[in-house]
Amino acid sequence: MPETEVSPVIWIQGAGCTGCAISLMNSPYPKLKNLLLDELVPGKSIGLKFMATLMGGTGELALEVLERTRSKKGYILVVDGAVPVGAGGKFCTVGDEPFSDQVSRLAKDAAIVVNIGTCSSYGGIPAGRPNITDCISVGDHLNSQDISTPTLNVPGCPPEPSWFVDSLAQVIIYGVPHGKELDDAGRLKEVYGGLVHNNCPRRGDFSTGNFARSLGDSGCLVEVGCKGPYTNSECPNRGWLEGLNWPIRNNHPCIGCTEPGFPDLMTPFYEKFGMEEAEDMYRRLK
Amino acid sequence: MKRISIDPVTRIEGHLKIELSIEGGKIQSARSSGTLFRGLEATLSGRDPRDAGRITQRVCGVCPAAHAVASALALDDAFQIKKEIPKNGRLIRNLILGSNFIHSDLLHFYHLSSLDYLNPGDLAGLKSADPDLQDLETYLGTSDGAPFVPEYSGDYRLGGEVSVDIARDYLAALEIRKKAHQMVAIFGGKMPHNMGTVAGGVTKPPDIDSITKFRSRLEEIKEFVEQRYLPGVLEIADVYGDYFEIGQGVPDFLAYGGFYQDDFSKSHQKTEKGILGGALSLGSEEVEELQLEKITEKVTHSWYTEAGNGHPTKSKSQPDPDKEEAYSWVKAPRYYERPHEVGPAARMLINFRRGNELVRKELKVALNKTGLSVKQLPSVMGRHMARAVECLSIVKMMEEWINELRPGEPSLTQYELPKSGSGLGLTSAPRGALGHWLRVKDGRIENYQLVVPTTWNASPRDGKGTPGPIEEALIGTRVEEPDSPIEAARIVRSFDPCMACAVH
Repeated sequence: MPETEVSPVIWIQGAGCTGCAISLMNSPYPKLKNLLLDELVPGKSIGLKFMATLMGGTGELALEVLERTRSKKGYILVVDGAVPVGAGGKFCTVGDEPFSDQVSRLAKDAAIVVNIGTCSSYGGIPAGRPNITDCISVGDHLNSQDISTPTLNVPGCPPEPSWFVDSLAQVIIYGVPHGKELDDAGRLKEVYGGLVHNNCPRRGDFSTGNFARSLGDSGCLVEVGCKGPYTNSECPNRGWLEGLNWPIRNNHPCIGCTEPGFPDLMTPFYEKFGMEEAEDMYRRLK
Repeated sequence: MKRISIDPVTRIEGHLKIELSIEGGKIQSARSSGTLFRGLEATLSGRDPRDAGRITQRVCGVCPAAHAVASALALDDAFQIKKEIPKNGRLIRNLILGSNFIHSDLLHFYHLSSLDYLNPGDLAGLKSADPDLQDLETYLGTSDGAPFVPEYSGDYRLGGEVSVDIARDYLAALEIRKKAHQMVAIFGGKMPHNMGTVAGGVTKPPDIDSITKFRSRLEEIKEFVEQRYLPGVLEIADVYGDYFEIGQGVPDFLAYGGFYQDDFSKSHQKTEKGILGGALSLGSEEVEELQLEKITEKVTHSWYTEAGNGHPTKSKSQPDPDKEEAYSWVKAPRYYERPHEVGPAARMLINFRRGNELVRKELKVALNKTGLSVKQLPSVMGRHMARAVECLSIVKMMEEWINELRPGEPSLTQYELPKSGSGLGLTSAPRGALGHWLRVKDGRIENYQLVVPTTWNASPRDGKGTPGPIEEALIGTRVEEPDSPIEAARIVRSFDPCMACAVH
């Protein structure tokens, strides 16, 4: 049998909530067990060396694994959570090292940085105003440190697991994604290439003017604040938890969690944008 | 005196550092330090109050449904609609929260804790009939074993047969906890961070399709909890019986109620069914009604300005990262000026003493099997056992609630947004007593304070120098190899710390 090529993975966490890791555990096919033990695609697997949520080692023993993997270089660095750069990095430390330094140190020797979730991709909830910890995205942090390792964003609060698995598989099969495979927000077009509104099963309600006037009504949810017209996501196509449901099918407006500027640009969640805000959003989306 | 620092404490949620001073083979002092601060209370300030239901879930990706319930209750209260939540709305909130408990409990026992007792090396050479376990054995035999190894060295006593059971169920539980998340999604749209629980009830009324999809999964989960999870805990407890005497902690316990069926007017203390609240001292048989004004937070040893001291309705969280005497981003909540343990052990103890019939019945079965007394629940093994017993109790409650749903009837009440008001939302969360305090002014959030289960359990010392529950549970523990302090890790993990919650 030919040898399996193993891509080492280091997963680190900054200003986040572990929701991204928990969401990944919901991956239906491949299951988490497949990701950990089996080939992800023929001849290739990932080797999850460091991930605080699941790893056996604790404390220094865990940090030794991290250092050993780093010294061999060329790994995939997965970052979950934003980077708080305020107060000299004191808002988030791991092993007494500011998280901002840890990201820089590990990103330098990585083949690619994959940002799982909206926090590491764009800042997300912890970067929402007034952002008293000065949280920034991993991309902005690496730019500020002149670190040129390529990055790939996999936003969502959290991302549905297949968005991450597909992004990771793309990297493992084809290497670092090319510019034309990415959109302006650094996401794979294949995974994030469509507005929720354009693929929404309630698009017919929008077209015929059947609008929900308050939460819980049937019809298009634009009047109760749906941000589907401004949000690129596979939610309407793939659904959640093996397609069982998704927010709009659950009568809840989309809150735009996959977009740069979430949450500030998308709030109030339950208010419709005025013309000016809507035009501004479409300019952003081009 | 040897000083050691365990940082990061892995296999928990988030960022925790534990510092220990060891002398004569025993822990003399301990410091618990939360090392991530996000400032989400400040983020909530100035926003539309309804947005709290979505934003507070982002406090924690492991138990977001609990924050959704606490914020919905606080908003119901502030909007003066708490007596008008339709029955379907209350039941579905409970079903979503219950499903979150199941996922969280299974995750904690198998994926976060079991490696403290299970040595993957013990699986080598044991031929298992389970195909998933065969894959694990092959993987361990042909790779460096990451991420499961290396582990601390220590007394891994399970032996081959029990190890095979636990490892098999580690893999099986990955799938079972996913089914619990599917149950959340059936009524909540997605998970983590559901889009169902809102002020006024829930967005989606029940229908036949959602009820049957939910119910069939619940029955599958019940079988696993009854036949694998609870017996698995008892199997480990049988081998590690001494851990019913290790990691006992503070003698005071606190719980809010949970899974409300009534109008919530007094429901932090009593519910018709569900989980009951109260305060209890270990030496007492009598559960006291909670006096909520006696809850205060202290920031003497936390990186906040003095504005962080006091009752949650009056305090503000302003960071002071250079504060000299501070060592944690976690505040120190106290009830009647004393630290209190919260969580499944506290809840089961309080519900046992208050006469919650379902809990008493399930707990007695487990206590009889192990020959233990209810007073031994606050301990490393006791906490694992209490969590499993609670999980089974909640599954059985959920079976009743799903039958009480009424398709065709409303699940949500409509309301006018008031310009001002204040609200309180208290609930049981998987890790203990969760409280949201909210004040609205000019139609916007003026102040939002959260006192979260792990804030209680992982708290640092208070102004009087009294250690928090995890700190206290560590003190006096024997550590065989200070460079491999597995005893301390077992104690800390038995509390199931959630640091993103504790600090937020």
